[in-house]
Amino acid sequence: MPTLKILVVDDEPGIRSGVSRILRNFRVDYPFMDEAFDFEVLEASTGEAGIEIIESALPDILLLDNKLPGIQGIEVLEYIKKKQKSIIVVMITSYASLELAVKATSDGAYDFIPKPFTPQELKSSVENITKRVFLKKMTTKLHDTGKQIRFTFLSVLSHELKAPLNSIEGYLKMIKERQAGDKLEDYDVMIDRSLERIKGMRSLILDLLDLTKVESGKNKRNVTDVDLIQIAKTAMDTMRPYSIQRDVKLRLHGPEQAMIKADADEMEIIFNNLISNAIKYNKDGGSVDCTIRENEGCMGITVVDTGIGMSEADIEKIFDDFVRIKNEKTKNITGTGLGLSIVKKLTDHYSGKIEVSSIPDQGSTFNLRLPIIDKPCS
Amino acid sequence: MKPSDKTILIVDDDQDYLFQLKSKLEKFGFKTLTAEGQKEAEALIEKTKPDLAILDLMMENEDSGFILCYKLKKKYPDVPIIIATGVTAETGISFDIYDENNRKWIKADCFLDKGVRTEVLKEEIDKLLILH
Repeated sequence: MPTLKILVVDDEPGIRSGVSRILRNFRVDYPFMDEAFDFEVLEASTGEAGIEIIESALPDILLLDNKLPGIQGIEVLEYIKKKQKSIIVVMITSYASLELAVKATSDGAYDFIPKPFTPQELKSSVENITKRVFLKKMTTKLHDTGKQIRFTFLSVLSHELKAPLNSIEGYLKMIKERQAGDKLEDYDVMIDRSLERIKGMRSLILDLLDLTKVESGKNKRNVTDVDLIQIAKTAMDTMRPYSIQRDVKLRLHGPEQAMIKADADEMEIIFNNLISNAIKYNKDGGSVDCTIRENEGCMGITVVDTGIGMSEADIEKIFDDFVRIKNEKTKNITGTGLGLSIVKKLTDHYSGKIEVSSIPDQGSTFNLRLPIIDKPCS
Repeated sequence: MKPSDKTILIVDDDQDYLFQLKSKLEKFGFKTLTAEGQKEAEALIEKTKPDLAILDLMMENEDSGFILCYKLKKKYPDVPIIIATGVTAETGISFDIYDENNRKWIKADCFLDKGVRTEVLKEEIDKLLILH
């Protein structure tokens, strides 16, 4: 029978012994599980002692009081998040403060048990968590085979494709029912918005094609001598109408030629994405500086913009599929959330490196290093 | 009860969905308030108390709707909340609203798929307005 380790961190001995007593003979069994789970309870009276046990015994579940004599429960939670421990955390505390509840939730607390709790309340929470631990283990298994990644990707994709369809359908119905009266011009906004959503959908499909090329590219890659200066110039020329519209200056710095062994189409994808982003997330009247320089056997490509920038938290996410930074400043900027994830995948394929630094409201810098020949960049 | 006495708050980051839902509800005779995100909605409910709220789930963050729901219920426990989302069981990415445990957490009165027919939505709204 699999045993789940439950760590109770609470300064009240009564709570700790209570939990031990309640869970001693408790079993969780579900028809879809192969076996029933039982529990081993570990105890700590302070957050510090709790962290020690987390390090040595790695519990599956943590029942955590917030008010502790030394460090607070929320700090233990932050520790777990920082160390990326796979522990399901339940706060045993009352909803004393909403701020705490929200903070704890965003730091990954899974549930709250109000204090004092009845044995039944504890059991039902532990039962739910056990189900979740079981599912998580199953998910990890799927994850390992890559199925989960594919599943998540497809489900997000279907969501991204469904949203514009729903909105276009909605507008068409409104037009069909003549909801704004008989004058055609009263429907202009709806028609424009529909066209805008179709445009968004088309760029999503184009990005998807790029992504498919990248993912299946290993065999079909056509590696030749490619001049990155030329590629950068072409990318800038393609974006020129858009940059003029935004009054954003595009500048290219570097030698006459910057040769590298690579697939020209893939280099184009990289430059198109980085430069179009630098314009898109810029401010009117801003500038984009692209610098290409050889350095220690690698080609360094730097794209600096004077745009809206991003927070640290945003930077962590931007290379994931379908991630778009949503805030007041990006509200009217359209995008598929795939561009940078494609750039990252390509960079990885070439054993290159990509780094970002950014200051909100001042701009972002993308630093890319690609090997000139087939040798990883330091 | 006349619909015209009732104000419905709609929060969604898809401006087209927002516009369409707003015109549907106004056709039914409701007054509407709209916000394009959690932050904007929070500012709005500081000043105004709606009679009902329809919230999207994934906005600025993937749990924005949930946090908004929590804050709204805290401030106005008697305002019924409908969570209308495109993220249904199909995805299971971040938030499975069909999971009992999550439903316990999210104190919404009703969960609807965004693609739900207008009549169904109207029925749910009427039901919730009568109850509250």
